[in-house]
Amino acid sequence: MAATQEEIVAGLAEIVNEIAGIPTEDVQLDKSFTDDLDVDSLSMVEVVVAAEERFDVKIPDDDVKNLKTVGDATKYILDHQG
Amino acid sequence: MSSTNRTVVVTGIGATTPLGGDSASTWEGLLAGRSGVSPLEGERFADLPVRIAASAAVDPGEVLPRPVARKLDRSAQFALIAAREAWADAGFTAAAGEDQAIDPDRLGTVIASGIGGVTTLLDQYDVLKEKGARRVSPHTVPMLMPNSPSANVGLEVNAQAGVHTPVSACASGAEAIGYAVEMIRTGRADVVVAGGTEAAIHPLPVAAFANMMAMSKNNDEPQKASRPYDTARDGFVLGEGAGVVILESAEHAAKRGARVYCEALGQGLSADSHHIAQPEPTGRGIAAALQNLLDSTDLKASEVVHLNAHATSTPQGDIAEIKALRKILGEDLDHVAVSATKSMTGHLLGGAGGIETVATVLALYCRTAPPTINVDELDETVDADIVRDEPRALPEGTIAAINNSFGFGGHNVVLAFRTV
Repeated sequence: MAATQEEIVAGLAEIVNEIAGIPTEDVQLDKSFTDDLDVDSLSMVEVVVAAEERFDVKIPDDDVKNLKTVGDATKYILDHQG
Repeated sequence: MSSTNRTVVVTGIGATTPLGGDSASTWEGLLAGRSGVSPLEGERFADLPVRIAASAAVDPGEVLPRPVARKLDRSAQFALIAAREAWADAGFTAAAGEDQAIDPDRLGTVIASGIGGVTTLLDQYDVLKEKGARRVSPHTVPMLMPNSPSANVGLEVNAQAGVHTPVSACASGAEAIGYAVEMIRTGRADVVVAGGTEAAIHPLPVAAFANMMAMSKNNDEPQKASRPYDTARDGFVLGEGAGVVILESAEHAAKRGARVYCEALGQGLSADSHHIAQPEPTGRGIAAALQNLLDSTDLKASEVVHLNAHATSTPQGDIAEIKALRKILGEDLDHVAVSATKSMTGHLLGGAGGIETVATVLALYCRTAPPTINVDELDETVDADIVRDEPRALPEGTIAAINNSFGFGGHNVVLAFRTV
């Protein structure tokens, strides 16, 4: 069953917490991974791979650069999840 | 600011070793004659010919926050922990620039390891085989590169004068400290964070060293396995951890009112050009390094009262070192209290020069030579005064100490320190 927007944000929050140590409540739709959540380009690859596994979605490298905010990633997953 | 012959002093120390998670607990363990060696537990070590090692007393994962630790190889974790202790011990309160006592342009780091992020490399190869390419960590390269500990410590303290990593197997840590002394002496930097680190306790390096016939196979008595100078010595015991010192120009230290442990006089270097892994049996190369030390510094053989020997507990290497010392120091070797601290810490490879420099600095500062343990029957060819079982007081007045490190490849690095 496809995940809802709330479930995706909660899942991304857990992933970002695990990787960057940011409190889950700080991971909101409008937050930038790089500027707000201490996720650099290398850690972003980890976030993407963890999200792919969790939400059964493929995120090609070419699309990763467009995922600037938690909202961008959430929308991408909503649109592409299997 | 620039000069070619500035006096260099030690103003901070830090360590995390098989004896303790900081320099104070390590020193306490050394003076107590405590062995840091224990059995290697777990199925992955069960079939190895060597099943003992000197693992770190405090796991770095207990000290560093998880998001920091997961992006660092274990060797860089150790280096960061030891460097933080040394940095604070030297009286710095924040990174360079933020702490205005030190200018980032005048700060360097030189931290080395013998084999770099070997556990990261091997663990990520397991990930590749078992889970596929997509799951290989994007942090793998910055974690496994041998300059990673120096670079990460450089980022931590905001070092911009230079970040370096000399590599010379088990002499790497000492070579790093010698390089750092030169950076200050020649005017490139006022302060350098320097030392060595290693984290290679993994079945592959253990099997590889064991197959070189380099390691003790005394699996039944781990705490007796590292026994430099004893007739029953049969190889080294692998250890892990890091030792870091803060080196500083004497004028910079005086200007900020820093506590000075001792002077770092400099280094003597040579190469055996004999064999890729065997020690040169007469100690020719080691003697050349010692002579180079005496020729290139104002160290007098008569001042030397303590030696932290390389002495890894191998049959040939321990003797070659003593022969070289006798050749160069002559009768002056008779007043040198020789300590082989690897009898307690095991051999930290590239980390050895780091933690043994910390031990040498403390020996001068506390005027106490740590003991050598497990010398139940002294090899009669050891023509030197070995400090056995109990620590020994060192004389009053101006005294000096030497710290020896040698590495596979024939690298010889001897460092000298003197009270101020």
